[in-house]
Amino acid sequence: MSGDNGKELVVGSKLERLLKAGHFVVTGELGPPQNADRSVIEKKAGYLRDAVDAVNITDNQTAVVRMCSMAVAKMLIDLGIEPIMQMTCRDRNRIAIQSDLLGAYALGVRNLLCLTGDHQSFGNHPQAKNVHDLDSITLIQMVRQMRDAKKFQCGEEIKGQEPRFFIGGAINPFADPFDFRPFRLAKKVKAGVEFVQSQLIFNVPKFREYMKRCGDLGLLDKVYILAGVGPIKSLAAARYMATSVPGMDVPQEYIDRMANAVKGIPQEDKKARREAWEREGIKICAEIIQQVKEIPGVAGVHIMAIEWESAVPEIVKEAGLLPRPKLEA
Amino acid sequence: MIIAQRKPLEEIKEMVASYEKVLVLGCGTCVAVCFAGGEKEAKLLASELRMARQMEGKSTQIIDHTIQRQCEWEFIDPIKELVASVDAVVSTACGIGVQGMAERFEDKPIFPGVNTTFLGMPVQPGEFVERCQACGDCILDLTGGVCPVARCAKSLMNGPCGGSQNGKCEVNPETPCAWQLIYDRLAKLGQLERMMEIMPAKNWSTSRDGGLRKIIREDLKL
Ligand code: SF4
Ligand code: SF4
Repeated sequence: MSGDNGKELVVGSKLERLLKAGHFVVTGELGPPQNADRSVIEKKAGYLRDAVDAVNITDNQTAVVRMCSMAVAKMLIDLGIEPIMQMTCRDRNRIAIQSDLLGAYALGVRNLLCLTGDHQSFGNHPQAKNVHDLDSITLIQMVRQMRDAKKFQCGEEIKGQEPRFFIGGAINPFADPFDFRPFRLAKKVKAGVEFVQSQLIFNVPKFREYMKRCGDLGLLDKVYILAGVGPIKSLAAARYMATSVPGMDVPQEYIDRMANAVKGIPQEDKKARREAWEREGIKICAEIIQQVKEIPGVAGVHIMAIEWESAVPEIVKEAGLLPRPKLEA
Repeated sequence: MIIAQRKPLEEIKEMVASYEKVLVLGCGTCVAVCFAGGEKEAKLLASELRMARQMEGKSTQIIDHTIQRQCEWEFIDPIKELVASVDAVVSTACGIGVQGMAERFEDKPIFPGVNTTFLGMPVQPGEFVERCQACGDCILDLTGGVCPVARCAKSLMNGPCGGSQNGKCEVNPETPCAWQLIYDRLAKLGQLERMMEIMPAKNWSTSRDGGLRKIIREDLKL
């Protein structure tokens, strides 16, 4: 199997084909509900359908119990949207993860994002026991081994159909130690990752420096890097992200812009203030997309607008990334 | 050493509420060094219990005694008669000591007086920190002498995760990120290349996950 420009396809997912054909890819993110209501998925999917090429389904993000990512991935497939199923190491050991991978492949899932997972102390069950049998890197290794060597983690052969995923991971260029971050990506590449999505980027110069160092390590031809972006919803959200989210770097400039966005609008006019913030947040996001698009090695963007999925079409449009490419079946 | 913390008086009082004569049994090793259940603490607990029970008009027959270790038969066996003379024992030893007592004195209620908390050390006076989880397959040779199993909140073999910031762990801004410590230490040792190697998925069967662990040493058998 080979793609549009002759690059070998290993899985043939839409995401893989678009990346290998050289398109600037746009992925989105859908946060499953904290209940069993299918209609929530359908509604959010509606916003994302024509705006992005594939959609991440988070796996109990921030350690809050939500509808399972495999079930939601299957719903998206039925709705004609390509899912990127997230899998963390927090809640499942190697037995449960491999079992889920067999099931997910059988259901038609073709992209997998391998993560360590947020610690349960951030979520709504801080009393839970965590697993962390594997970490993101050994998870990537395992998924790759199942696919390419047709072997379970224990080394036993998979007799019959093996699960074949286009393998993704996450990078946080803003975490410490900064000097080590490009090497950490190199480790993920060595483990077998094929695409990565980054933590939300607000500090573009720092991200540019990170990309340069990845280039120096020769990583840019070995992995597709999608820059993570997202709209800031309000001044309070900007401040919160700047101070309280581990691994997030929000420059003062954007906090000031969010503050200025509501200048002259009276405190009481909550609706007008909210709208002004949302407009500014979307504008900043589109600007950041345009900036990161120019950085060598950036293969696309990953738009994270969890619980604000409706903003995505506007962001993509404002960034000049519509319409999304169509693939022949 | 094993680090423990005294249980609240209320909880201990409740446990022994229905017993007339109670022995508070201290342990002179780990829990003494971490000031949780040694001779001094056993005496203090006994007098606290006496006072509390006196105020409630209950029996104040609370005695105390301390042995060198509650995790070895040779120190437990000599107090047979003392134990026989009471209705219940509050052991301020770690969980191992409490179980040693319970195994030796089958018909005597033995209650824990401390919460056994971790394997660690006092890093400065008054501050005790976890260092090891007894995983059964020590990898400190690969990690610059800093344990990621016990000291990383996610026991990562290939850290640091994306939550490491300013040297601190995402889980608690007071706690150093274990993988930052490993990184810094390997840098000092001139072994940073170790950080580039992928550590394989850990074999947890030597850890508690493999079931009760036991070591047989033929050379030591009688
Ligand atoms: S690697 Fe295992 S044995 Fe070594 S210090 Fe850590 S938990 Fe203890
Ligand atoms: S921040 Fe460091 S110590 Fe905390 S979970 Fe991540 S790697 Fe482990």
